[in-house]
Amino acid sequence: MAKGIIETVVARHRKDRTRLLDIIRDVRQEQGRIKPGDADKIAALLGVSSIEVEGVVTFYHFFGNDAAGTYAVYLNSNIVAALKGRAAVAAAFEKAAGIPFGSVTPDGRIGLHDTSCIGMNDQEPSAIINGTIFTRLTPAKAKALVAAMLAGKDVRKLAVPLGDGANASKLVRSMVRNNIRRKGPILFAPFRSGAALKKAAAAAPEDVIVEVKRANLLGRGGAGFPTGLKWEFCRREKGDRHYVVCNADEGEPGTFKDRVILTEMPHLLFEGMALAGYAVGASEGVLYLRGEYAYLKPHLENVLAGLRKKKWLGRGIAGKKGFAFDITIKLGAGAYVCGEESALIESAQGNRGEPRDRPPYPIQNGYFGRPTTVNNVETLCAAARILEKGADWFKALGTPRSSGTKLLSVSGDCRKPGVYEIPFGMSVAALLQAAGGSDARAVQVGGPSGACIPRAQFDRKIAFEDLPTGGSIIVFGPERDLFEVVHNFMEFFVEESCGWCAPCRAGNVLLKRKLEKIMAGKGTPRDLEEIEAWGKTIKAMSRCGLGQTSPNPILTTIQNFREMYLARIHTDRAFIPEFDLAESVRDAAAVTGQAFAEHAAEADHE
Amino acid sequence: MNKPKTTKAKPAPAPGIKFSIDGRECLARAGQTILEAAKDNGIYIPSLCAYDGLKPAGSCRICTVRVGGRHQAACTFPVSDGMSVESAVPDLEDMRKAVVEMLFVEGNHMCPTCEKSGNCELQALAYRFQMLVPRFPYLFPKKDVEPAGTKLLMEQNRCVKCLRCARGIRTADNKAVFGSLHRSRKKKMFVDLGLASALSERWARTAMDRCPVGCILRKEVGFAVPIGRRKYDQAPIGSDIEKPRS
Repeated sequence: MAKGIIETVVARHRKDRTRLLDIIRDVRQEQGRIKPGDADKIAALLGVSSIEVEGVVTFYHFFGNDAAGTYAVYLNSNIVAALKGRAAVAAAFEKAAGIPFGSVTPDGRIGLHDTSCIGMNDQEPSAIINGTIFTRLTPAKAKALVAAMLAGKDVRKLAVPLGDGANASKLVRSMVRNNIRRKGPILFAPFRSGAALKKAAAAAPEDVIVEVKRANLLGRGGAGFPTGLKWEFCRREKGDRHYVVCNADEGEPGTFKDRVILTEMPHLLFEGMALAGYAVGASEGVLYLRGEYAYLKPHLENVLAGLRKKKWLGRGIAGKKGFAFDITIKLGAGAYVCGEESALIESAQGNRGEPRDRPPYPIQNGYFGRPTTVNNVETLCAAARILEKGADWFKALGTPRSSGTKLLSVSGDCRKPGVYEIPFGMSVAALLQAAGGSDARAVQVGGPSGACIPRAQFDRKIAFEDLPTGGSIIVFGPERDLFEVVHNFMEFFVEESCGWCAPCRAGNVLLKRKLEKIMAGKGTPRDLEEIEAWGKTIKAMSRCGLGQTSPNPILTTIQNFREMYLARIHTDRAFIPEFDLAESVRDAAAVTGQAFAEHAAEADHE
Repeated sequence: MNKPKTTKAKPAPAPGIKFSIDGRECLARAGQTILEAAKDNGIYIPSLCAYDGLKPAGSCRICTVRVGGRHQAACTFPVSDGMSVESAVPDLEDMRKAVVEMLFVEGNHMCPTCEKSGNCELQALAYRFQMLVPRFPYLFPKKDVEPAGTKLLMEQNRCVKCLRCARGIRTADNKAVFGSLHRSRKKKMFVDLGLASALSERWARTAMDRCPVGCILRKEVGFAVPIGRRKYDQAPIGSDIEKPRS
């Protein structure tokens, strides 16, 4: 029977190796898991080695090699979930299912798994069960969910009440809420399809690029590369075809803004992609959607179909002969590193999501080796608005160096978590006031890879020239233990490292252990010095942005909250070993009846 | 089994690019990486994952240099005219040494019992960097020795994930014999069992020889050259490239 399933699935995907992620996903969906021997069968049908298939299966969090359970519960383990009562919810799941997290019930029915941020930070604790999102969980809800799963109910029907806007539509049917707290003129203002494409089609592609350059649109993913320049470079590259890839893999803990754009304004995004295609000379676009947002795919496909019907996608867009562009959606499967543009391309091609060496850059050698522009969701939306309303209109918003608005995902200890579209240049204090979090002790700007700033810096501005951010803003109230925050972030980086390069793969584990030593009250001034030195090495030697920023949670808190570290370490001692002799010989001491353990420990510390 | 893909030997174009490493004027050909060009100029940049004839992977990062103030892997970064490269400077050398130490502590490397001792590039780099004890605590991960088909063993305690095996050993119909499993610290290299068993004697030997450490081992043969007479017992790593250091 299993053989039949695999053959059918592989045939459905036309034996196409580049669709390996889709093949694995379908096989998992149809038989509940990837069984031993499945990789061999898939490999044989695709004409590749089994290690290649297993490499892809084991890379992605949502695939894995082991049984995930007929009902696979992925409970978000990020810091905001923890602050909002995750531990009690997890305990309720464990008690009701009778198993600890990281395992599956003996009958294979329910699996409990931890997972990285799933983009629901404004409604934590949250979980994904077989692709369906459950938000604002409580121990009582967890108990009820387990009972329903044991009764064999359809999880989709358990998601109630439905959220607002398109979340409540037939195609999404999700209990997710948009929580749009502040609408600005770019992302959430009314938009009529074609408004930008008509203007673009009336001009030459080069003129579209000039307009985007004139608007000074900087990439919204965080790095801030000028979008017009990227398009110009891409257009100039020679190749038999060009591609536009939209990066909808927001995985930075604390971001969920793309989710809201994809839910409410996908037509604006798709128009931005078509526009980018026109500008760089591409007729194909790929939306790379993170696996966590798979529930939005039917809705997005429906919007695409509508745009095709109205000729805003397909051939002869805006009535212009030769202007052809269409979009396909590629799904990820749970890997933060796929937000790195070259890793994203690898993943979209059906490979392990490992970043590539650069140069060459994607604009030279991108999707299937062709010149490719990879742009963020928000960037492409902004580009569509620039064409619709003009570069001058756009430049009038924000600051001289950071034009336009920024969509922020605000979560944590604030009364009004959600998305805020603000003009660039707004201070952190003003944002906190709007979000109801003015008593914050610290704010994490830009997610774990960004910076943790103290009250004294709340007058700083959210803009490329001061505090650049991809959009994640996490508020920590006066009572919060920042060590818990930093530790959670380090755990995240350790898990999400792709493992390709040594400094990131090994270095982050070492940094995390060092932090744990300090948290356990065994730190000395020397440990702080070493953390700073090791962090510098990891940043300098790592291959991609993940390792180049992963020490930031520790480094920025040592810089901005030094007193917190000094209060936890022994400033009067130069050396305390991590190795605990008493602990290590405890079992042996118990067996032999000897009581030397305590003495040994004391002797060691003197 | 197939030979690795190599481009037909064309007469190499004359070096036309001028660049410098640590202030020393060098010449390079278009398309060369910093690591290749350095070698041609008699300058050794320590590296581990790089291997002649294989596409560079940039996985060990030991060859990291500074170009225009930015850190780049010398094995993947192309030279360009007028480029100024920093390599043998104290802070870079210390960070390189740190990465070597990380590779020691993230695995379980017991050199005295290893068949590759003296032929091991990780060990040789540690000697070159005069590493006595790693500055990092040992992680002592639990790893196993695994049979990898009928001809090979993989001693996972020693693997440094340099990807030489994954890059270099393919079948005649271009299937990868070796590959990566998992990610993060759990990442490990393994094989397609059927393909690994079908490797010719010569290719099984090649797989072992290309492994810079003692992870990939031939079954049932070993210790052909006595310790003390092995490659890095004779001369330090890099000494074939750089002029004898005074």
